[in-house]
Amino acid sequence: MGILAKSQSYRAISEALWQNNPISKQILGICSALAVTVQLNTAIVMSLALTFVVAFSNLTISLLRHQIPRNIRIIVEVSVIATLVILADEFLRAFMYDISKQLSVFVGLIITNCIVMGRAETFAMGNTPWRSFVDGVANGVGYGSILIGVAFFRELLGSGKLLGFAVIPEGFYEAGYQDMGLMVLAPGAFIMIGLFVWLEHTLLKEK
Amino acid sequence: MEELISLFVESVFVGNILLAYFLGMCSYLSVSGNLQTSLGLGVAVTFVITITTPANWLLYHYLLAPGALAWAGLPDVNLGFLRLVLFIATIAGMVQVVEMVIDRYSQRLYSALGVFLPLITVNCAILGTSLFMVERRYTFSETLVYGFGSGIGWLLAIVAMATIMQKLRYADVPEGLQGFGIRMIVTGLMAMAFMLFAGITL
Repeated sequence: MGILAKSQSYRAISEALWQNNPISKQILGICSALAVTVQLNTAIVMSLALTFVVAFSNLTISLLRHQIPRNIRIIVEVSVIATLVILADEFLRAFMYDISKQLSVFVGLIITNCIVMGRAETFAMGNTPWRSFVDGVANGVGYGSILIGVAFFRELLGSGKLLGFAVIPEGFYEAGYQDMGLMVLAPGAFIMIGLFVWLEHTLLKEK
Repeated sequence: MEELISLFVESVFVGNILLAYFLGMCSYLSVSGNLQTSLGLGVAVTFVITITTPANWLLYHYLLAPGALAWAGLPDVNLGFLRLVLFIATIAGMVQVVEMVIDRYSQRLYSALGVFLPLITVNCAILGTSLFMVERRYTFSETLVYGFGSGIGWLLAIVAMATIMQKLRYADVPEGLQGFGIRMIVTGLMAMAFMLFAGITL
């Protein structure tokens, strides 16, 4: 553990997951994050798609970093990202049509997700391919952790299910328990993420 | 006509691009502390969204949609997968054009909006509106109304947020909730208020 904790990759991962989480600390990429959290499975697929895009865009841009002229780097970055997003989008359409229908435009909106652009610009332009790739994966997972956390509670409280399976026992409903309709709607996501950030700030402070 | 009016009301309130679809949050959260700046950004976004959405409609329906290239003798070509790239390029180009036109004809408007214009390119609300327009199969006139309505809805949300944040300075917010946390919760409450318009039909 001692050696592991000192390696740069490990530090990059723990930073992106916890101390410097892209959503709750840097407030990046919430745009697309919230709309897909009504159900757990869409949130998981979205996290995977984003992790794929950010990891490979970091890798590609890091490989090309000595070739990209500084003035036009934004355009190059956007085209690399757009290509990867189209790949992800077409893949989902071909193999997971139902989920792709539910995610609707939000996969496409990964292009304008500030995390992807931000990592390409601040990290991949100045680091080796391997480290950039690890950084991309770590940021994707950090993003996913919040997304899946929010989706978990929204699906559980909002419709009493997890991944589509009913988990709240029938007896609860008979005893008067009701699903919280608010959680399924947009305001539920905002309030949930507010509470998440509260929890995280409190926990980090104690450490 | 009534349909268009109710589409407008729907896109401003119930289907508010920010409060119901979470688009354009990044700039919304980073700027909304100051009323003047929020208003400037809101106007700029409305402006760009109103122009780019119909422009993207034309591009999509005459270049990209399945069978759209029939006029060029290529009825079997489907370039739909290129829409993400093309839309973002249109938006970036359009922002550039708008910036130059404003710079040429109205120096005052330019100095008010100038800072925000480049930022708008990466505002997800704009790309999102174009993508929704394709997905919901709007006609051209619906697209015009929808684009304008989304812009106004975004403007309304960011200006409301700015004023709430100003009031909130005097509130005693729990420590861990300060900053980002309370903003999200306030946004949630605001989203709830906007949803109350759901029952209204014209």
